[in-house]
Amino acid sequence: MQSIILKTATRLMVGLMLVFAVYLLLRGHHEPGGGFVAALVSGTAFALFAITEGPAQLRRAIRVRPSVIAMTGLAVAAAAGFPALFAGMPYLTGIWWKIGEISLGTPLIFDVGVFLAVLGAIVSLLLALEEN
Amino acid sequence: MSRIFLTTETVPDCCRAGRISSLFPLSVFVLLCFAWPGIVNGHVYQAQSAWIPSLGLNLGFRLDGLSFLFCLIITLAGFFVTLFSASYMAGKPNLFSYFFYLHAFMVAMLGIVTADHLLLLFVFWEATTVLSYLLIGFDHENTTARENARQAILVTGAGGLFLLFGILLLKTMGAPMALSQWTQMGMDIREHFLYPFIFLCILVGAMTKSAQVPFHFWLPNAMSAPTPISAFLHAATMVKAGIYLLMRFHPLLGGTSLWMGTLVVVGGITALWGAIQALAPCDLKRVLAYTTLMALGILTLFLGGQTVASLTAAATFLLVHALYKAALFLATGSIDHQCRTRDLRNLGGLFSAMPLTMLAVAAATLSMAGFPLFFGFIGKEIMYEGALSEEMFPGFATLATLFANSLMTAVAGIILLTPFFGTRPPSLGQVHEVPWTMRLGPAVMGGIGVVFGLFPEWVSANLIQPAVFAFHPSREEIRLVFFHGFNLPLLLSMITLTLGSVIYIFRISLRHRIQDVIDRLWITTPRIYQKSLDAFVAGGTWFVRRTQTGMLHTYFAVIMVTVLLIAGWAWIPHMGAALIVPDMAQISIASGICLFILAATGVVLMAKKRLVAIGGLGAVGAGVALIFLMFGAPDIALTQLLVETLTVIIFSLVLLRLPLLRTVRKRSRSRNLFDAGLSICAGILVTSFLMGLLQVPLDRNLTTFFEHYSYVAAHGRNIVNVILVDFRSLDTLGEISVVVLAAWAGVVLIRRQEKE
Repeated sequence: MQSIILKTATRLMVGLMLVFAVYLLLRGHHEPGGGFVAALVSGTAFALFAITEGPAQLRRAIRVRPSVIAMTGLAVAAAAGFPALFAGMPYLTGIWWKIGEISLGTPLIFDVGVFLAVLGAIVSLLLALEEN
Repeated sequence: MSRIFLTTETVPDCCRAGRISSLFPLSVFVLLCFAWPGIVNGHVYQAQSAWIPSLGLNLGFRLDGLSFLFCLIITLAGFFVTLFSASYMAGKPNLFSYFFYLHAFMVAMLGIVTADHLLLLFVFWEATTVLSYLLIGFDHENTTARENARQAILVTGAGGLFLLFGILLLKTMGAPMALSQWTQMGMDIREHFLYPFIFLCILVGAMTKSAQVPFHFWLPNAMSAPTPISAFLHAATMVKAGIYLLMRFHPLLGGTSLWMGTLVVVGGITALWGAIQALAPCDLKRVLAYTTLMALGILTLFLGGQTVASLTAAATFLLVHALYKAALFLATGSIDHQCRTRDLRNLGGLFSAMPLTMLAVAAATLSMAGFPLFFGFIGKEIMYEGALSEEMFPGFATLATLFANSLMTAVAGIILLTPFFGTRPPSLGQVHEVPWTMRLGPAVMGGIGVVFGLFPEWVSANLIQPAVFAFHPSREEIRLVFFHGFNLPLLLSMITLTLGSVIYIFRISLRHRIQDVIDRLWITTPRIYQKSLDAFVAGGTWFVRRTQTGMLHTYFAVIMVTVLLIAGWAWIPHMGAALIVPDMAQISIASGICLFILAATGVVLMAKKRLVAIGGLGAVGAGVALIFLMFGAPDIALTQLLVETLTVIIFSLVLLRLPLLRTVRKRSRSRNLFDAGLSICAGILVTSFLMGLLQVPLDRNLTTFFEHYSYVAAHGRNIVNVILVDFRSLDTLGEISVVVLAAWAGVVLIRRQEKE
């Protein structure tokens, strides 16, 4: 779409939205947010980008194929269940490590997997629809 | 001539992967030989490990005399077939899959004959079905091969279901699933009223696998498999799985007049029908397939008996047949490979060109025809002894055996004399002997037939008797001997040879007659199979055409009507009590938003352009999100809002592909009224649901649990997210898989539409 205002706004908005998505992803464990919501936000950002700059530009910008993102997401989410198996607990049980003040655990890895899987799904649909 | 020379130059002589992997069956064979002395002394080797203990399933394996005989045949044939394939298949595509399937099949087959648990046996049984499907259809670019593979898997797979059903029936009766615990159970089961059903299920399983009439038709068609595969699956091993099953079930289910009568009749008919049809085809491989039918019929017939003589006959013939039939199939492969045809009318005079193959074929066919000095002769003597001792229909059994054997003698003559003697048709050109890898199998297996024929006492003591003792409790010994003396079986053997020679002389006119009769039969099982398959496909097509209209509108209406009918049926009696006027104080807070939602709905309904309608829908979603926010569910509100945003974006992209709203044909007034009614009903139902829900005290057990443990156990204060990624993360894993799959399917559909 040829609109200077939209183009300029998009430049600013996309970056902000992606940063916001990461913020949502990370804070999800305590406050509203999480992988799914973060994926929706970044998906919207990419949609905005695709509408203003075109699908080819979006493909170039994200470098990898969206299906690869989705598959990586599924793999990460599935892999997040394995540390529990090694610890002798049922698959996907949350395992936590204390690093200084912050406790980090496999649920965060799982959430990243959810984020990537949903994002990949959205972007691949988006690109398929845009490219015709 | 130069053409053949050239092709042999360019094609690699031998596939190395095949040659090396033949060490696998060979090593199993050698390992088995170490267990041999123990088996002869009546020792039973066992191994067990837990599999699913809660279901009483364990990986129990057991090697007794019967399993041992089968294992020897499987590994020996497996070795020669692999070695043969290394040359036969050289230069063909997908060789890795070929050898993988071959060895996997062998392992599954070994699993069937050594499994101690019935369900474990069933798992291996199904594995052989699937692998045989892959192997029959190995030449998957050939339509006939694919169809024949499908036929085989449908027939044997259906039989497998019967077997499973029989096993489950046995289980409900309290029969032990472990084969080793069957010794005392027999009497109770044979008198149970379910016995006929169990017998029938097991029998159908065995009959489909072992190609008994009327399920026999898949076996000749399975000849579209590569020839070494036919030698392995359809001569030596897989078709014997049904025989093995009957042998195993003999002590448990055998001995009743139902068992004996059915097996003798089914086996006799299969033997006769197979032997008669073996005279008809010109394709050497199909001839062999029909002789295999005859052999399987004979084996079933003898398993109908109860005496040691008839069971010994079954075990002996099993070995005799495996040896000569595998040798003949492999030799047929050699002829096919060198002459590029296996049509009997185009073959002849190969005696000088392929002398070593000829010798192997001669040994095998003479054993098959039952000439004295060959193992087949010993087998035939014991056969007649067994047939005469049958308890049910001994006359029929003897006559069926006599005629089937005579026909076999004639067919043996055809197989040996037609390709190798007489004049060589000019179309054959120059023919060379095959490499050693392809000669070894037929030679050794044909040779064993000669050696065993000379030392029957040794075979009897070391192979046959341990096998018979494993499934027959009485320790009565029947020894195979070189010469039984002048008695009825010897007389019958002589009649067989004479009759066989007579049939051989009239073979050409018989071929045409039999083909005529087969063509004229108006009802045959292959035709019934084809008809029912066609009917099934046609019925499926009709049903899908009727139900899958491709109209989103129709699908949605069907879903809504179903929900309304099912939920409404249960809910309407209670609906009256639920309808109350809600608390006005709460309503007033949200009333503004509700009006907004209503207005947006009005916009959707009135819109003349799709874009406006979509915008209206988005507004409805946003309004709902606001309500979520107002009643303290920020997480859901956030998600709802974002989903709405994305939906509008994706909708507007889809929009570009749709025709303009006003160019679409107007729907009829009645249709519109129906839709409106449907929507209103759905609205009333959901609203009354929610009202009813509010009147029931909320069960806060789960909420309390999550509130309590969310931070303590999962280090998170956002309960919704903790549930998603920790407490119920397996569900989430399933959900994201569905999301990704759905997206993939969507992409495929969109791209496909573009292509069209």
